[in-house]
Amino acid sequence: MAIGSIIVAEDLTKQFGEFVAVNRVSFTVTEGEVFGFLGPNGAGKTTTMRMIQCVSPKTAGTLTVFGMEVSTHQREIKKLLGVAPQEPNLDPDFTVRENLLVYSRYFDIPRATAERIIDELLDFVQLRPKKNTLIEQLSSGMKRRLILARALINSPRLLILDEPTVGLDPQARHLIWDKIKSLQSQGITIVLTTHYLEEAAWLCDRLVIMDNGTILVQGSPNELVRQYVGSEVVEAENEPKVIACLERNGASYEVFGNRVQIYTMDPREITYALLKECKLGQVTARSATLEDVFLKLTGRKLRE
Amino acid sequence: MISYFKMPKISKRAWKVWLRNRDVFMKTYKVNFLLPFFEPLLYLFALGFGLGSYIQVIEGMTYARFIAPALIAVAIMNSAFFECTYGSYVRMYYQKTFDAIIATPLSIEDVITGELLWGATRSLIYGTILLPVVAAFRLIELPSSLLIIPFSFLAGFLFACFGMCFTAISPNINTLSYPTYLFITPMFLFSGTFFPLALLPEPMQYAAIATLPLTHVVGITRALTFAAPSAFLLVNLAWILLVSLILFVLAVNLMKKRLIV
Repeated sequence: MAIGSIIVAEDLTKQFGEFVAVNRVSFTVTEGEVFGFLGPNGAGKTTTMRMIQCVSPKTAGTLTVFGMEVSTHQREIKKLLGVAPQEPNLDPDFTVRENLLVYSRYFDIPRATAERIIDELLDFVQLRPKKNTLIEQLSSGMKRRLILARALINSPRLLILDEPTVGLDPQARHLIWDKIKSLQSQGITIVLTTHYLEEAAWLCDRLVIMDNGTILVQGSPNELVRQYVGSEVVEAENEPKVIACLERNGASYEVFGNRVQIYTMDPREITYALLKECKLGQVTARSATLEDVFLKLTGRKLRE
Repeated sequence: MISYFKMPKISKRAWKVWLRNRDVFMKTYKVNFLLPFFEPLLYLFALGFGLGSYIQVIEGMTYARFIAPALIAVAIMNSAFFECTYGSYVRMYYQKTFDAIIATPLSIEDVITGELLWGATRSLIYGTILLPVVAAFRLIELPSSLLIIPFSFLAGFLFACFGMCFTAISPNINTLSYPTYLFITPMFLFSGTFFPLALLPEPMQYAAIATLPLTHVVGITRALTFAAPSAFLLVNLAWILLVSLILFVLAVNLMKKRLIV
């Protein structure tokens, strides 16, 4: 294991019968970073997370967490992990405090220590006033925050967040983002999955984009944008004369329905060319985002 | 096939799951404690004292005295079986409690073992609270009947394992009706509970002894409440121990196959 590598996967594969959910993926997560898994539904993100969490056995390849092999050191690895799953699986039979207390027992945390940690965590996720509230009376944003608090009960060195902000309003989402940043500053390594591209761009130091069980690209958000789409995007209407014009100019473009997107480092030149040569009315220029990379690589077809 | 009978690796962490279920039980003890308590009493009044007043003597005793140990055995059966079928199914499928627990250092083996031990504990609770009631009606002998307390845990574990095997193979919660109506209900009626096993045609008697766990449980509770031991009790006990062990191993492996994919 290289120094500072928290997770190392090589040719990691997961098959469900004939179906290959994760196909020979390799990646390394380094200590202290926020590492993202992006991809459409069914890309294999959650399956990969579940293998890291030691709850789903791998089919082939190697996967080590903290230098320990996942198939043989499940308890040791799980002791050091904090997991916030996609589906809220809080215990509806208990209150907020009881949820955390019962969970702390699974980690052999003594009662007195647990009570102290619970108060700290409830302050951290701003749920102290809800301490004795039953789970069903919490809003979805509160449930997400409680799941985050629960994932932190054992002071984990590695935090796995599967779709941490799905279904939340912007306020609740920003609160979760702040917490993730603050946890990173405390030295916790964070692995998250998301299909919100702005979230990934904002939070992740490095990320991979997955589709159909394979990793398409990996790198920092900025690198990926520059490498795959350039810094700017010019959008025009999809008309034969525009396409012809772009072909003549050797531009890098993609057609999405009735729009054409031109990826460029120099939007002015393209815009000028389009306006002048092709006599177009409607042309817009904007900064390229991770979303452009994502759509370029995974296509626009709907995933069910 | 062999994988279904692989000896599970269990650890004392299973008690953490037991503790979780105990905590929930204590929170709702008013509902949990009182309601299941009524059912055996209703049977005792309706059958034991009602219908039973037409029966002068059965196997040398009053009818109420005859069915009292059977009602305890049925309470033991129902509390563990329903806890580890409907109760466990809700925790597994709807509440995702098992998923939450296996993200911690606990394994699926620990979770299932804890659930089974809790199912057995519920049998212990209900088997035990019935004792003073039937004792108050002078239907049981003391102190031999006190042995029902530890025995109810053992017998409860057997029914917990039965229930968990069905839970593991049930495609949805509705299909749990199959074991309830095709296994529990016939057992409730034909295990020497409300009439002696000897009234059944001989092949059916053997079939009951071979396949119906409640037969063995009633055999033991009745011997204890009458203070009338016999050598056949050893057969009853051996059957319970052996089948419990087999079903425990099977239940854990079936659940592992279902949940660890």
